[in-house]
Amino acid sequence: MIGYAGRVLYVDLTSGKNHTEPLNEDFAKKYIGGIGLGMRLWLQNSKPKVDPFDPENPLVIANGPISGTMWPTGGNGHAIVSKSPQTFGIGESLAHGTFGTELKRAGYDAVVIKGKAERPVYMWIDDDSVQLLDASGLMGKSPGETEDAIKEELGDYYIRVAAIGVAGEKLARMACVINDKTRAAGRTGMGAVMGSKNLKAVAVRGTHDITVAKLDEFMEYVKEFHERMKGPATQKYRTMGTAENVLVHNSLSCMPTRNYNNSRFEGAEKISGEVMNEKYVAKIIGCSSCAMRCEHMCVVSEGPYKNTMTRMEYETLWALGPYCGVDRLDAIIKAMELTNYYGVDAISAGVTVGFAMDCYERGILTQKEVDGIDAKFGNAEAMVQLVEKIGKREGVGDLLADGCKFAADKINKGSEKLAATIKGVEITGYDLRCLKTAALGFAVSFRGADHNRHGAYAFDVKGKVNRLIAEKGRGKLVRDMEDVYNLIDSFIVCKFSRGTYYKELPDMAKLYTLVTGYDMTPEELKKTGERINNLARLINLREGLGRKDDNLPYKVMHDPIPDEGPSKGAYVTQQELDLLLDDYYESRGWTKEGVPTEEKLKELGMDELIPLVKCN
Amino acid sequence: MVKLHERKFVAADPDKCVGCQVCEYICSLTKEKAFNPLKSRIRVVRINQLINLAVTCRLCEDPPCVGACPRKALTQSEETGLIAVDKDKCNGCGWCIEACDYGAIMLHPENKVVYVCDLCKEKGEPQCVKWCPEEALEITTSDVLAQKARITAVKKLFQEAVKETQKK
Repeated sequence: MIGYAGRVLYVDLTSGKNHTEPLNEDFAKKYIGGIGLGMRLWLQNSKPKVDPFDPENPLVIANGPISGTMWPTGGNGHAIVSKSPQTFGIGESLAHGTFGTELKRAGYDAVVIKGKAERPVYMWIDDDSVQLLDASGLMGKSPGETEDAIKEELGDYYIRVAAIGVAGEKLARMACVINDKTRAAGRTGMGAVMGSKNLKAVAVRGTHDITVAKLDEFMEYVKEFHERMKGPATQKYRTMGTAENVLVHNSLSCMPTRNYNNSRFEGAEKISGEVMNEKYVAKIIGCSSCAMRCEHMCVVSEGPYKNTMTRMEYETLWALGPYCGVDRLDAIIKAMELTNYYGVDAISAGVTVGFAMDCYERGILTQKEVDGIDAKFGNAEAMVQLVEKIGKREGVGDLLADGCKFAADKINKGSEKLAATIKGVEITGYDLRCLKTAALGFAVSFRGADHNRHGAYAFDVKGKVNRLIAEKGRGKLVRDMEDVYNLIDSFIVCKFSRGTYYKELPDMAKLYTLVTGYDMTPEELKKTGERINNLARLINLREGLGRKDDNLPYKVMHDPIPDEGPSKGAYVTQQELDLLLDDYYESRGWTKEGVPTEEKLKELGMDELIPLVKCN
Repeated sequence: MVKLHERKFVAADPDKCVGCQVCEYICSLTKEKAFNPLKSRIRVVRINQLINLAVTCRLCEDPPCVGACPRKALTQSEETGLIAVDKDKCNGCGWCIEACDYGAIMLHPENKVVYVCDLCKEKGEPQCVKWCPEEALEITTSDVLAQKARITAVKKLFQEAVKETQKK
């Protein structure tokens, strides 16, 4: 099929050997690319119950059929898929920038990495030539420094690099993989899996042409989307950015604050998107082939954190700010830069620092145990210090670098009730107690707590449903959103551009058809989104996850929102969660236990995977 | 009679350029019928996240690339200033590439002769300018660039006074 490179690269780090195989066309049609194809390839190449850090756990890097074209936001993404050291189910994370497009031009739809190198190496993919080179000189470097050093060593500025930092080297379970200095495949600990393989970085240079099946029509469509991207659908991202959410969420009293002790933050005005843009945003830049640009580059030019430069988004600002009670933007920006420097997921880092502060204030962790830091909520310096310790895995950072769940397992003393995680992954900036559609979305998300697997918060925040109640019908809302999000992450296009697909599935089907020449219908695409979700569910079931893991953090289910305002008293009861889960499983055609039925799998053309449900 | 410089070339505004490479994609598509930045006549350089600039041929008055060619494969049009490459004469030695201070002339990865921006003369207008989502690219002359720079400098010098007049 046109659009695809048609090849998958297999690299065995243990033997140092590599080979390519033709892309399985059935996989391509059924799972598209990105996370869909990545998960299918992971399943094909893995053994059940493999430990995430076992050399036998494959790490898959996949781009999509749109990669390498000039489709706005579509040319540039890549997905990283492996078993997650946080969830012990499927892990996946995406990043944009310039890496995915380069991998496509090198001639690969995906890279499947197995084994473990004897010594630290980096992978150098130069079109057909694939080498494992010594990375001993790169150890200890940040992903950005690693990128520069590799370009210098290989003598080519246009090489693109995805690398781990110190946290990934030290197997911190919240470690991420970063490309283009500030673009992170952040969630679910993919950086730690890379670290466990002694793989410091993947560098790629591709020179092949990329073309599409129906070029003239495709270019007409590109032009139309360039226009759409100048319109209202992307305005938020082009102007204030996602940080706009700070005041919106605060006014709805749905911004988890101080480790879920509150749902609104009195310091919100000081760290709002408005203030961030006015005082700190130096430039808004864009990824390869993007026609909207969203990346708000912040610079701190004075004070103790002078000369800090990093990208900021709502989620990370929220985690390092309100969630830790911190109302100083300069410190938040500094902490964000540190997460990029050491290579940890900034959301997980912020949430874990908030957790540690909660433990400290409740006397569960003493000042001595947090290395003498006065880890009170709101202590900006303490937050920055703790993030740095996590990044270096030093002192108390060694305890915290695996995230709150693993830390709580070691601390005990009731701290597990303070750990705001789902499937071991830290929650994101939506108070699930008063956003009940989102609560369901978060609970069933196959990669653990996350807003980016469904975007179900939109129904709640925009007032399309009564956000304070759980009722039948939410299951279908979440399901439909999940299916579209699966497609977005498999094509790969950027979620910030989702509003430009006015007709959603028909628009995406048209795009797929123009690129590949395969006549895709909206109905088939809908089924494909559903198939990808079922695939993820099958993997999680095989790895031992199930209904018991589709849950919510303790505080969400036990501590009603104390703050005056529209959300006061809200929380999610077990009864409500059960109702939501039953409704969701039913709409998915799964059993009460959340297992896809044979009938459903047949309907989706997944017959070959039926044995996976039979063993359950 | 003194005449203004009329030679037009593509220039990028560093304040507006965000490094998105849309120009590279549309250039390679226009010229080579494929998406491949490697075959683009305009290339984006990102020094760091804040410093981005697309670079292409400036149509120099006394072009070093033309002078450097030992085989007289490069010529400059008197009228438009465009550099023409005689594909039969060019043997891909790369002297012109070394001579160009801007990296604007490159060796084609397949047919091994050099290529350079020709303002999309067959299309009537440079496609990169037309497609740039930030309107960071423009087709301009050295004289217009100088005018703009002067105006910006004076405005900066008299920031307060300009604000005052705007209020009024």
